[in-house]
Amino acid sequence: MTEGKAFRIIPVFVILLYILKPINASEEPKQNHQDHTEQQTDHYTDNSEHQTEEHNTHEAFEPGKFMFDHISDAYDWHIIDIGKKSVSIPLPIILYSSESGLNVFMSSKFHHGHASFRNFHIAAEGETVNHKEVKGKIIETLSDGTKVIPFDISFTKNIASLFIGIILILWIFISVGKAYQKKPIKAPSGLQSWVEPMIIFVRDEIAIPSIGIKKYEKFLPFLLTVFFFIWINNMLGLVPFFPGGANLTGNISVTLVLALFTFFITTISGNKTYWKHIFNTPGVPWWLKVPIPLMPFVEFLGVLTKPFVLMVRLFANITAGHIIALGFLSLVFLFGEMGKIQGYGISIVSVGFIIFMTFLELLVAFIQAYVFTFLSAIYFGMAVEEHH
Amino acid sequence: MELLTPHTGTIIWMTIAFLVVFLVLKKFAWKPILNALKTRDESIGEALKSADRAREDMARLQADNENILAEARLERDKIIKEARDLKEEIIGEAKNKAVEEADKLIASARESIKNEKTAAIREIKEQIAEFSVLIAEKLLQEKLEQDTQQKDLINKYLHEIKIN
Repeated sequence: MTEGKAFRIIPVFVILLYILKPINASEEPKQNHQDHTEQQTDHYTDNSEHQTEEHNTHEAFEPGKFMFDHISDAYDWHIIDIGKKSVSIPLPIILYSSESGLNVFMSSKFHHGHASFRNFHIAAEGETVNHKEVKGKIIETLSDGTKVIPFDISFTKNIASLFIGIILILWIFISVGKAYQKKPIKAPSGLQSWVEPMIIFVRDEIAIPSIGIKKYEKFLPFLLTVFFFIWINNMLGLVPFFPGGANLTGNISVTLVLALFTFFITTISGNKTYWKHIFNTPGVPWWLKVPIPLMPFVEFLGVLTKPFVLMVRLFANITAGHIIALGFLSLVFLFGEMGKIQGYGISIVSVGFIIFMTFLELLVAFIQAYVFTFLSAIYFGMAVEEHH
Repeated sequence: MELLTPHTGTIIWMTIAFLVVFLVLKKFAWKPILNALKTRDESIGEALKSADRAREDMARLQADNENILAEARLERDKIIKEARDLKEEIIGEAKNKAVEEADKLIASARESIKNEKTAAIREIKEQIAEFSVLIAEKLLQEKLEQDTQQKDLINKYLHEIKIN
């Protein structure tokens, strides 16, 4: 009963958040709208007081930029725009460069990318370093005037989100672990009864069928960690404002690390049969192996594509989900620019679609966690499979 | 920031963070949870098994009970039958004995009656003789001296009184 309640609360919560989100985000386009009308009134009243710098920075609403800003990482955590003031949480920036050594300072020093601090500044659009587009990256201007990208291990928005997710995960599972330690044979209660079916699901539906009853125990902690890490961070990404909203599991670096963990564990635990299958595939005509090692090449490529596919799948699914939701949201602003009525009219449709997409994304959040874990388990299963 | 190119800083943070989460969870969450689940599964399995065993025991006990009951019933019937036989035997014997006893009693009674009878007869005979003598004495005392005729008569009577 309590379990059902908990699950029912989540979608309601997320809907509420999405209903709130347009209000937060609409600050910007409203401004646009205002500027538009201001521009018109300017013509008549010739009131040049409103022709401020603000006006120049706020061009017409660009959905591409809007979406990109929301799904990509950032040096500070933008929370809300109140009027013309942007409220964001400054995050630590950690840089290392051969010239200035270690630099640690808060991102607020950049004033949302408008100012430079020490020799660092955030690259504007069109800026290049070594003929490469570096928009949004921190650039160091060396004393001789050349621009370089310093070694950047800043505590960005995604890292902050990662830590929030980690705190949540650690809190949930350590408290549940303690509960189990206290009364191992008792029926689960509270948080336990929410978590236990999922743990049993990972164990009985993912680990045991893919790896086999004999060897699954070794891989189960990793599979559980990956499953809950992805799932919880996916769901945090669906929450449209702080402390959610970062596109963590839709960040290619994050999915790359997760996929690399799977890759290394597979490679390390690969037994003789596994390697023999790759380099001397049984049941294949000899001329596919000698003199040109075609089969080993294909098989070895398979070893590399597996983690690559894991990485891309999670990244693409989560990013796509965010883009769709943001796309519907953008419609509100695009139509809002045409006029008030169009804006409010389309917002009803958009919010409806966003609610629908959020439900879908809740499903995707779980499915992607499941797929990643399941495929990892299958790769582990292949690595430890006994010769038969 | 770029969307499709991995960022070194993020990779470093993520690797360290995930590794720490994995190790911490492994020690403080998965180990106790999985152990608890395993022990619980085992204890449930054990409980189910023992319940099955108990059920089997129950069934066996019931069967045993029925067997015992059936045997007891047989035994009872046998005992009752034996008892009935014994009863009949005893009754028959008793009847025979009683008849015998009765016969004996009757025989002895008859004997004693016979003896008593003969004794009584003898006594009667003696009494009669005595009475006769007395009568005779009286008669004699009165009439004997009268005539011989009477004497003859007396004699004649005496002679007639011959008891079997």
